Amino acid sequence: MQILYLTLALFLLLNISVGMYRIIRGPSTADRMLAAQLFGSTAVAILLLLTLATGNSALRDVALLLALLAAVTAVAFVQRAWPNRETDDDDE
Amino acid sequence: MTMSDYLSATLLITGAIFFLAGTLGLLRFPDVYTRLHALTKADNVGLGLTIAGVAVQAESWAVVGKLLLIWVLVLLAGASVAHLIARGAQHRGIHLWKR
Amino acid sequence: METITLLAWAFDSLLGLGLLWLAWQSLASPDLFKAIVLFFAFGLLMALAWVRLEAPDIALAEVAIGAGLTSALLLAVLAKLRATEINDDTTEPLENVEQTFRSFQWFPTVILLLVVAGLSYTVLSLPPYATGLSAEINTNIENSGVRNPATAVLLNFRAYDTLLEMLVLLIALLGVWSLNGAVLQSKTAPGLVLDTLSRLLAPMLILVAAYLLWVGAHASGGAFQAGSILGAAGVLLLLAGWRLRPALTALPLRLMLVAGPAAFIAMAVFTMMIEGQLLEYPKQYAGILILFLEIAATLSIGTTLVALFLGGRPSNNFPSNDFPSKDEEHK
Repeated sequence: MQILYLTLALFLLLNISVGMYRIIRGPSTADRMLAAQLFGSTAVAILLLLTLATGNSALRDVALLLALLAAVTAVAFVQRAWPNRETDDDDE
Repeated sequence: MTMSDYLSATLLITGAIFFLAGTLGLLRFPDVYTRLHALTKADNVGLGLTIAGVAVQAESWAVVGKLLLIWVLVLLAGASVAHLIARGAQHRGIHLWKR
Repeated sequence: METITLLAWAFDSLLGLGLLWLAWQSLASPDLFKAIVLFFAFGLLMALAWVRLEAPDIALAEVAIGAGLTSALLLAVLAKLRATEINDDTTEPLENVEQTFRSFQWFPTVILLLVVAGLSYTVLSLPPYATGLSAEINTNIENSGVRNPATAVLLNFRAYDTLLEMLVLLIALLGVWSLNGAVLQSKTAPGLVLDTLSRLLAPMLILVAAYLLWVGAHASGGAFQAGSILGAAGVLLLLAGWRLRPALTALPLRLMLVAGPAAFIAMAVFTMMIEGQLLEYPKQYAGILILFLEIAATLSIGTTLVALFLGGRPSNNFPSNDFPSKDEEHK
C-alpha cells in the first residue's frame, strides 16, 4: 500500500508541475489565479497521501491549514488584482 | 491486503484520474471560464475521492470528521473563489469562447 | 534499490527541481503579478519539502506565513505601487532601476556564488547521521512542561530567542506604521459571495487557531502558527470589507499588539526574581506559564500580521468624518 500512496503522491506532484505551465503562459490574470487554485487542492491531496505513507498524523493538520489558507490567499488575489470593481447589483 | 485496502486503493486511484482530468482541462480548454469549470469540478471530485480513500484507512471517527471538514472547506473555498474569479474576469472584459 | 526508496527519491527530486524552477521563474518574471503567484506556488512546494524533511511544525508555519500571508502582503504592496488595477499586459520595470541593476549585476552574482559554495561545503561536511541536539532535548523534555519538542525549544529552552522575535515583529510593524497612515474605510461593499464566504471562513479560522494553540503542547502546532491563522482571519475580514470601529483602533489595538512582547518581558522579570535566571520557569508551573505566554503571543502575532496587511497606521481621530457608514457609500 505504501507504494501506492507514494506513486499517487508522485503523480499528483507531476500534475502540479504541469499546472505551472498555465501560470507561466496563462494569457490573463484569471488564468494564473486559477492555476494557484490547482496548486492548493492538489497539495492538500498530496499531504493526505503522505499522511498515510509516513504515518505522521500532524500532516492532516497541515492539510487543514492549507485548505483554509488557499481560500484566503485566493480571495486576496482576486480582491487585490481587481480592486476597483463597482458594487455588484446583479446578485439576485 | 484486506478489503478496506482494496476499497481505499480504488478510491484513491479514481481520485487521481479525476485530478488528471482537471489538469488536462486546465491545459487544453480554450478560455478562462471553461478552464475554471474543469478545475473546480474535476479537482474537487478528485479531492473528495482521495479523502474518501484516506478516510477508509483512518484510525478513529474523529480523524474521519477532520477529513470531512477539510473536504467541505475546500469545496466551499473552491466554489466561492471560482465565482469571484469568473466575475472578475467578466468585468475585465474577457470574452467567452465561441466556436 | 527498493521501490519505496526509489519512489521517495523521485518525489523528492521532482520537488527540489520544482522549487528551484519556481524560484527562478518568480524572480525572473517581469510581470509582478505573475511573480507573486509563482511565489505562492513556491511557498506551497516549500511546505511539502518541510513535510518531507519531517518538520510538520515548520510546514504549518510555511503554509500560513510563507505561502499565504506573505503573498497577500506582496499583493497589497503591488496594489499600492500601481494605485490602479493590475493590467493584463506585461508591465515594464522602471527604466533607470533596470540600468543601474545591469551595470552592477556581477556583484550579487559573486556574493551568491560564495554563499552557495559555503553552504555546500557545510552540508557536505556534516556527518552522515547527524542527530543534532535531539538527544539532549529528549532527556529534558519532561522538565519543560510540554511534550512537543519544537514548542519546548521555542518556549522554554530558547525562550529568550522568542522574546526577541516578538520584539522584532513589533519593530517591523512600527517601521511600516511610520511610513504613512492607512485608508481604513472600504471603497465598495463586497458582493454576496465574498460576504458569505468571509462569514463562514472567519469563525473557522479562529477555531483552528485555538486548536493549533492547544495542540502545540503535545503535537505540531504552537503560538506562531496559531497567530498566523488569526492573522489570516483578520486579512480575510479586511478583504471582505469589514472594518474595526474607529474607537477600537486607538488604545485597544495597541494594547493587543504589545500584549505578546509585554507578557514575555513580564515573564522574564518574574522568573528573574523567583528563580534567579532569565526565563527559567519554576518546574511545576512550566506548562501553565508556557500556555499563558503562548496565548499572549498568538493574539499579538495575529494582530500584528493584520496591521501589517493594512499597510499604515490607523487614524487617531475619533469620532471622525473619515469613515463613511455603509449607507453613505450607496448614495
